[in-house]
Amino acid sequence: MKKALALVLAAVMVLAMAGCGGNSKVKSMTHAEYAAAAVDTEVTVAMTVQATQSWWEDKITVYGADKDGAYFVYEMKCSEADAKKLTPGTGILVKGTKGEWSGEVEIMDATFEFYKAADGYQAKALDVTDLLGKDELVNHQNELVAFKGMTVEDYGDGNAFAYKNPDEKTDDLYFKVSKDGQTYEFCVEFYLCGKDTEVYQAVENLKVGDVIDLEGFLYWYEGPNPHITSVTAAK
Amino acid sequence: MKKMVFLLALIVLCGLFAGCHGSEGRKAFVLPESFDESRQYEVVFWAKNDTNQVQAGIYRSAIAEFEKLYPNITVKLRMYTDYGQIYNDVITNIVTDTTPNVCISYPDHIATYLTGDGTVVGLDDLFEDETYGLGGSALHYEGPKREEMVEDFLEECSFGGSHYAVPYMRSTEALYLNKDYVEKLGYTVPDVVTWDFIWEVSDAAMKKNADGTYFLNGGTVMIPFIYKSTDNMMIQRLAQMEAPYSTAEGEIGIFSDQTKSVLYEVADHAAKRSFSTFKISSYPANFLNAGQCVFAVDSTAGSTWMGSEAPLLDIAAEKIVPFTTEVRMVPQVNPAHPKMISQGPSLCLFNKDDPQEVLASWIFLQYLLTNDVQIPYAETEGYVPVTKKAQNDPAYQAYLADPEEYAVKREATALLLAHTEDTFVTPVFNGSASLRDAAGQLIENVTKSVRRGETVDEAYMQRLFSDVSSLYRLDQITFVASAGTRQDLGPLPRTAVSILVLLGVAWAALGAAYLASWHKKRSSSDENA
Repeated sequence: MKKALALVLAAVMVLAMAGCGGNSKVKSMTHAEYAAAAVDTEVTVAMTVQATQSWWEDKITVYGADKDGAYFVYEMKCSEADAKKLTPGTGILVKGTKGEWSGEVEIMDATFEFYKAADGYQAKALDVTDLLGKDELVNHQNELVAFKGMTVEDYGDGNAFAYKNPDEKTDDLYFKVSKDGQTYEFCVEFYLCGKDTEVYQAVENLKVGDVIDLEGFLYWYEGPNPHITSVTAAK
Repeated sequence: MKKMVFLLALIVLCGLFAGCHGSEGRKAFVLPESFDESRQYEVVFWAKNDTNQVQAGIYRSAIAEFEKLYPNITVKLRMYTDYGQIYNDVITNIVTDTTPNVCISYPDHIATYLTGDGTVVGLDDLFEDETYGLGGSALHYEGPKREEMVEDFLEECSFGGSHYAVPYMRSTEALYLNKDYVEKLGYTVPDVVTWDFIWEVSDAAMKKNADGTYFLNGGTVMIPFIYKSTDNMMIQRLAQMEAPYSTAEGEIGIFSDQTKSVLYEVADHAAKRSFSTFKISSYPANFLNAGQCVFAVDSTAGSTWMGSEAPLLDIAAEKIVPFTTEVRMVPQVNPAHPKMISQGPSLCLFNKDDPQEVLASWIFLQYLLTNDVQIPYAETEGYVPVTKKAQNDPAYQAYLADPEEYAVKREATALLLAHTEDTFVTPVFNGSASLRDAAGQLIENVTKSVRRGETVDEAYMQRLFSDVSSLYRLDQITFVASAGTRQDLGPLPRTAVSILVLLGVAWAALGAAYLASWHKKRSSSDENA
């Protein structure tokens, strides 16, 4: 009888463990393995959500990271209810295909499950100012990075920035900053930081010649095109 | 008491009907005898620009000029950079009866707007009205007459025998190619590029040097053939093959053996990496201009981005590789009978409770067809004006011959002007926008699959057809041939369900009130008896 009871208890425990969703047995790749994987191959990566873009039609774009690097998960399949749970610090296991679009390496056609083992990691912005204009910068693609002491340049007609949609202000903001004679184009991605956010309003108040510090995710579009999340006066 | 109960029930019912907001059932627009210019009107206009601030500027200056002609009309402009967003917003606003007065749209989208009865104004009577119609005598400007519209373009806005839109600009797709690369591979660019030619040269362009770099550019990146809109790629290919796509009534024909043959062809070249798409790789112009592509297909409305001398660029100047850009029709099956899609924005007029407001909107809409708007807007890209009046205007002719203007843009425009009769449009019906998306998805999926090492065979095709049909709900469309219409058997919208439930409750309340009244009357007569 005792044996039978133990057997039943063991079975219950096994079933209970199986029921603990979000603890997949699927093996996650390390960041190095992910980086080495060829484009168009399947990848599975455990990561911590750093930020997300707006949910739309059962899809969400995620900026993810682990202690070794960062990931951009483009239009991951996700219900609206789950999207609300994808707050910064949430661990997820993402399965998709590695892709490259205009230089941006991303995970596409992805699905995910919540993954407690990856909960909690919050990346600190890495200062990459000295890497601007250098090939090594791409090694930090998608990471949360910082640029210090950048000078705001004329975006055209003396303006410090441009709206992608100037009439409605319902789209990205573009602006140019320079350092050591080199000019770079940065972006406030509307679906990451909309017009009510501090950073959107900070860029709207920029003036040509301002010297600023910036933080953002190092997105790539035909070269570095960071999605800026913070703009402050240079310290 | 009885009267009060019935009155209350009546009020509830009226309230419920009033709650069916949206313009469903709104009376058809009747043109007033005259335009009341003593009143002030606000016309809301939703427009789209191709992320091109010059186009936005033309809209703004057109509005300013119009408001000088009609000081009693104020036009409120809302600018979009995406047709899909306009469509989504219109659909949302139909429900709340807050549509704009005039909006830029694709015909496929307008077909969906038409599902709300009386939402969109039928334009046939307006066209013909001598006072306020096309070229009408009471207009404060010289608008195009009916016969001055390009008939082919106007017909694209006719659904079920009636016009529900007016063309605004027209474009088609063009093949932009690197002539130097084609010749380096030992080929000569023909006047009409066939699919056989483009596949053969694209495969040849994958040739590599001993060090692993590409023969053509000595670099590590080469995608010989990139197509921007795979929707159009499939639609045009099927039209050229005279293969089924859909009937005018909405019967879906795309899941055919001919479509499979196109997909096998795509799979073959995608597997060799000699073909890719915008969604998978990025903008064709970026690769073409960087010398990493031989053939790029994109809209003529994007011609100012194409070529190493292009005035608009999305890549760093140091990445540009100089080359000779040639413009041709999209690849053809039969060069003797070319077929290419006609596309571009149209103008849609929304119905309102106040006919004077609708007339004010119609007067503004027509102003967008004047030469003062048509010519400058067409010149921003490889667009063609939709009126013969503008096309034949000396100013427009001078533009086409002006060597100072970007040659690729002028050639792309000339291509459509010379081949207007070879253009076609796909049938428009409620669901045609989804079918269009599905057509492109078939190519995207096959391309992705072979790149990922999947086997594309008959079983794959069956799965693909089933998945895409389901994804775009094409399997929920039942075509009723006898009635010449189709029924969408998708689930009822939540608002409709709520309204039906409320109606049921109201009828139940009426019934209960009647029963209560009957019971009371009977009790009273029993007591009296």
